[in-house]
Amino acid sequence: MISVRGLSKRHGSREVLVGVDADLARGEVVAIVGPSGAGKTTLLRCLNYLEPFDAGTIDIAGFHLTPGMTQTRAHEDTLRRLRAKVGLVFQQFNLFPHLTALANVSLAPRVVRGHERQTAQARALELLARVGLADRASAYPHELSGGQQQRVAIARALAQDPDVMLFDEPTSALDPGMRKEVLDVICSLAGGGMTMVVVTHEMQFASDIATRRWVVDAGKIRE
Amino acid sequence: MGPSAWSLVLTGCVGWGLVGCSEASSEGTGDTWDKIKARGELVWAADLQGGEPYVFEDPKDPSKLTGFEVEIMDALARRLGVRHRMVQYNWSNLIPSLERGDFDLTLNGIEATAERADRVLLSRPYYVYGETLAVRKGSPYRSLADLENRPVGTLNQTVAHDILRSKRVEIRLYEGVEEPYLDLLQQRVDGVLLDDVIADRYGCRTEGIECLPGDIARGTYVVAMRKADNDLKAAVDKGLAEMIGDGEMERLLTKWNLWNHRQTEPPPPIREPIDRARSFDINQLGLFFEAAGITLQVSVLAFLLAVPLGLGLALARVYGARPIAVAARVYIELFRGTPVLLQLFLLYYGLAPYWSLDPMQAAIIGLGLNYAAYEAEVYRGALLALPHGQTEAAKALGLGPWQTLRHVLIPQAFTIALPPMTNDFVSLLKDSSLISVITVIELTKRMTIAAVDLHGWLVPGLACAAFYLALSIPLSELARRLERRLARDQRPRTL
Repeated sequence: MISVRGLSKRHGSREVLVGVDADLARGEVVAIVGPSGAGKTTLLRCLNYLEPFDAGTIDIAGFHLTPGMTQTRAHEDTLRRLRAKVGLVFQQFNLFPHLTALANVSLAPRVVRGHERQTAQARALELLARVGLADRASAYPHELSGGQQQRVAIARALAQDPDVMLFDEPTSALDPGMRKEVLDVICSLAGGGMTMVVVTHEMQFASDIATRRWVVDAGKIRE
Repeated sequence: MGPSAWSLVLTGCVGWGLVGCSEASSEGTGDTWDKIKARGELVWAADLQGGEPYVFEDPKDPSKLTGFEVEIMDALARRLGVRHRMVQYNWSNLIPSLERGDFDLTLNGIEATAERADRVLLSRPYYVYGETLAVRKGSPYRSLADLENRPVGTLNQTVAHDILRSKRVEIRLYEGVEEPYLDLLQQRVDGVLLDDVIADRYGCRTEGIECLPGDIARGTYVVAMRKADNDLKAAVDKGLAEMIGDGEMERLLTKWNLWNHRQTEPPPPIREPIDRARSFDINQLGLFFEAAGITLQVSVLAFLLAVPLGLGLALARVYGARPIAVAARVYIELFRGTPVLLQLFLLYYGLAPYWSLDPMQAAIIGLGLNYAAYEAEVYRGALLALPHGQTEAAKALGLGPWQTLRHVLIPQAFTIALPPMTNDFVSLLKDSSLISVITVIELTKRMTIAAVDLHGWLVPGLACAAFYLALSIPLSELARRLERRLARDQRPRTL
């Protein structure tokens, strides 16, 4: 499902990733761990090209990613299709504050895939039920707790029927009490066979559900 | 303020206007002539903007004044045995300022009318003018009657304006003497009625313009003094009579190309007043409503132009490639950094040979283009205030740039921009008063016309203020409600 070869990325003169090689099979869950500033988040964001890279290739969900893909319109289109297949959940949720939970989840299916409003909303309601928030569909983000917001964000990413889900420290911005509800949702996704890449500091979680573990240090992966 | 409160303000001000008349005019103490003799100096007022040949700065030496009226004053002061000094006043304020006691007398193309004779003392005439009708060469219009329902230009507060008001023509009021003839050539007006002094200099000799023979009316220029200053009037009349008697006036007017057959024929009587309301009555109120409608129409349409254009400029500046961003920045600096009055002048008069807009179009486009620059910066600020995570989240969901703007960024930026936009619209509502320079009669211009008709600024001024508030306060209220509806997070703010 994922194959990374010789991935390198620099921020100015600082080398963030130095020739990373990694593989992940369908249905596997990998926890990316390592010290702060080691390049965990950068590696994750390269996987859906939110972060362009300087050298190497990535094969993910049937897409072949190479450096310089933001330059042309044809590539932009490829990247949009890639991002529908590779969902990303942010540390800070990044819900759209002017839309209800339901509208947050149904926006991309409507706008990107052109689904009818009713179809998109019915599917969104299903996904909200799956993350335990069917009753909060009409709530705006500021009316939800941090844990609830992150669960809406997961539902939003799932709405595109992704083949891979990426999580960028999904529980770091949450109070300890709320972490469990988000972790439970991620666990149930793993149980359903979703291929997942999770950047995390939760060691217990990493060892519980992760089938693999990438330890990133100084821009390289140590298994 | 709720709707009931602002309607109270309106009915209060206008209601007071209806009962109130105009302020009493100041008659003075009658000792001005004694004071002039004691001082040895006579202080008179004129407006340099009236231009050639009245009172203007000598092109060869702008520190010196010249003009036929300056020379009349030279001769008059010599005969009175005093020095004289000119003070600059706006022409439309000459009579009110005279009444207030700012100077001793005014001599500046003041036409003798019954209304002025009611307010101030008028000397014997020093010049007889003829109202001259100018049309385009080859046009079918040969008289004022031919110009029924056609636009005819003149200057505000002149006898020509009064004459036009008694005819069935569409009046266009100008502030300067060249613009009416420019607009005649541009076919924005079909006739211009002004006295022969102005017409001969600024209109009749222009290629493509023809002045019809025969005077539409005749009148006289006189010196105006305060009501109680009979001694001063006697002295001025005596001086003028001597100048006319010994031929100095003829020599002087001949030198300025102003001597003609009218000066030797019997002078016309003072014009009878045209029937006109003297208090703020229902007709005035109707005219104010009409003018408020123009103000509102121009402001709303200009804003409807400014909002999309401003948004486009903001997007160009924030997301555009470098040349586009630079072009947007140049536009913004250009329109924000120069006076809107100048932009209106350039758009309406400057571009006239290439793009002949009618006054309303020019007003809407001019204000719209100007305000777009301000809106652009408001939207740019709002777009930059949005967290980067919003763009990233949209990107991660596969939204394209336009989809991201349309569904994620612009709705949120609009909420942030709403208070400053309301601010700008209220400001535009007031800036729209500037369009009177391109002959649109909006609320403020209506007020200044009413102030002259009613002999006082207070009542029309308050009525005008009430109308502006009646337009702006409901709008702020509307914006406040919209703001409350759009603001999702309504938790009370605390520090």
